[in-house]
Amino acid sequence: MSGGEEFTDESDFSEYWIDWFLGTKGNEYFCDVDYEYITDRFNLTGLNNEVYNIQLAIDLITDNCKLSDIEDERGNDNEDEGEEDDDDEQEKRNQEYRDEMEYSARILYGLIHARYIITTRGLQKMYEKYKNGDFGYCPRVYCQLQPLLPVSMNDQLGHSPVKLYCANCEDLYNPKSTRHSYLDGAFFGTSFPAMFFQTFPQLVPVHNTEVCCPKIYGFELHEYSKLNRWRELQKRKLITKLKANGIPVDNCNGGYASKKKESY
Amino acid sequence: MSAWKSGQQNVTEDVTSEEYESWISNYCTLFGHDYFVEVSQDFIEDDFNLTGLSSGISHYREALDLILDFEPEPPISTADLPLIEHSAEELYGLIHARFILTKEGLNAMAVKYENGHFGSCSRVNCDSMLLLPIGRYDQAGVETVRLFCPCCCDIYFPSSSRYLNIDGAYFGTTFPGLFINTFKEVERQAAARHQKESFQLKIFGFKLSELSKSGPRMKWLRQFPTTPEEIEEYNKCEYSVATPQDVGKLKGSKEKRAEEKDKDKKDVVDEDVKSTDSKVKADDDDVTMKSPDGSIMSVK
Ligand SMILES: [Zn+2]
Ligand SMILES: [Zn+2]
Repeated sequence: MSGGEEFTDESDFSEYWIDWFLGTKGNEYFCDVDYEYITDRFNLTGLNNEVYNIQLAIDLITDNCKLSDIEDERGNDNEDEGEEDDDDEQEKRNQEYRDEMEYSARILYGLIHARYIITTRGLQKMYEKYKNGDFGYCPRVYCQLQPLLPVSMNDQLGHSPVKLYCANCEDLYNPKSTRHSYLDGAFFGTSFPAMFFQTFPQLVPVHNTEVCCPKIYGFELHEYSKLNRWRELQKRKLITKLKANGIPVDNCNGGYASKKKESY
Repeated sequence: MSAWKSGQQNVTEDVTSEEYESWISNYCTLFGHDYFVEVSQDFIEDDFNLTGLSSGISHYREALDLILDFEPEPPISTADLPLIEHSAEELYGLIHARFILTKEGLNAMAVKYENGHFGSCSRVNCDSMLLLPIGRYDQAGVETVRLFCPCCCDIYFPSSSRYLNIDGAYFGTTFPGLFINTFKEVERQAAARHQKESFQLKIFGFKLSELSKSGPRMKWLRQFPTTPEEIEEYNKCEYSVATPQDVGKLKGSKEKRAEEKDKDKKDVVDEDVKSTDSKVKADDDDVTMKSPDGSIMSVK
């Protein structure tokens, strides 16, 4: 350990790729995908169409090779060029290639992640993160800090940024921080929250049904309270239907909290 | 700096010489105070606007002098200053809540609103609709400020912790209602966003059944009447939630729609509000619905 620079290099080397990835700012929504899952080629079926140089990307993620060791061996188009620039040129190409491969490895991890989190092991890991509030809490006051879950509107890469699902109001929200608002939704997938609550039905909240109505000096604005009454009617109709099917709805998971006097 | 014109004569020469800032403009620029507008000096100096505020606030007179940049008659002792500062902040907040309900205050808040100073709704379907500050209680010290979205008509926590110690009473329960009632354009912006299809959980593209525990149970929360039947139901909810019998009648559609005119004193019936919400407005004469024998009939 002679110089400061070498020291930094060395600590880079000692870190696992996944740990580095999970520790990067903006990647807080991701869980730790099992090594065994990544190395089972069956789980990666079809991803070679989405990920550039998938074998090298797998080697990077699984620490079978280091980014800094990668050299661009794709050949040189400008072979006629003078020899003196060769080393610099090669280094420049290597660096570009490394950047490309780093990107490729991130995409691969994200796409594997989307598949992994709907497996039993993956759901368990996301459960821990959910309990920990890693995805944030619903900003809606009447949801009483219901933890959120990541979800996508599309399973295809590059189609939709990640959104957050609240199981109390059953609605979607944009992430609070901009560092999450550009995360690709495809890294979480469209099926994840539904799978999650099917797997952990005890986590389905007892829905708080309080609603808001704009007021002027204590008087509700008529059009708004009328709409609220119609919505209340829709809720009652659903309750009638659920009860007719023998489904409990009073103060139970998936049911409704007994109504408190609404304050606003 | 218009707000200190009458305070000027009471301010000693050496204070004015430097870049002197009035208490109000200073207060409104403090960290986390960006929801506040500057209340005009004239408003505060009109005793009528302050009716009832003196009883709830300690050192009321001194606090008021501080807000207006008047030199207090016996100068405030340094020991009392923190206490009076605190009173001044509460007093300013409560005056602010009244001021933003005036024409001048509403206009000042509208400028902040249009500049997005209160943030935008993070609900995906609200498509960055701008928010308005609200207090769920008009008494100080009960709850901190919340934000009202005119699109989903719901209330949210401010996204930044800097507003965690701003009292909701400094904005009050009436402000957003009066704001949307005053600036009809806001309701139009909201209505334009109501067309979006609501989200529903899916597994591999299949929607979950309503009967499943994790199935949709809150669809009604964001729903708008769209089909003729729903609009008919909606009109039945004029003064109370329609009963299942009413709904049953609707389905039979034998009867003409009953004229229900039992007045409910609780609602403000506002013709202007009624006419603007185009999405929800039902034209009674144009509703068609299916009769039991399947033929389309017109309901008068
Ligand atoms: Zn919610
Ligand atoms: Zn909204």
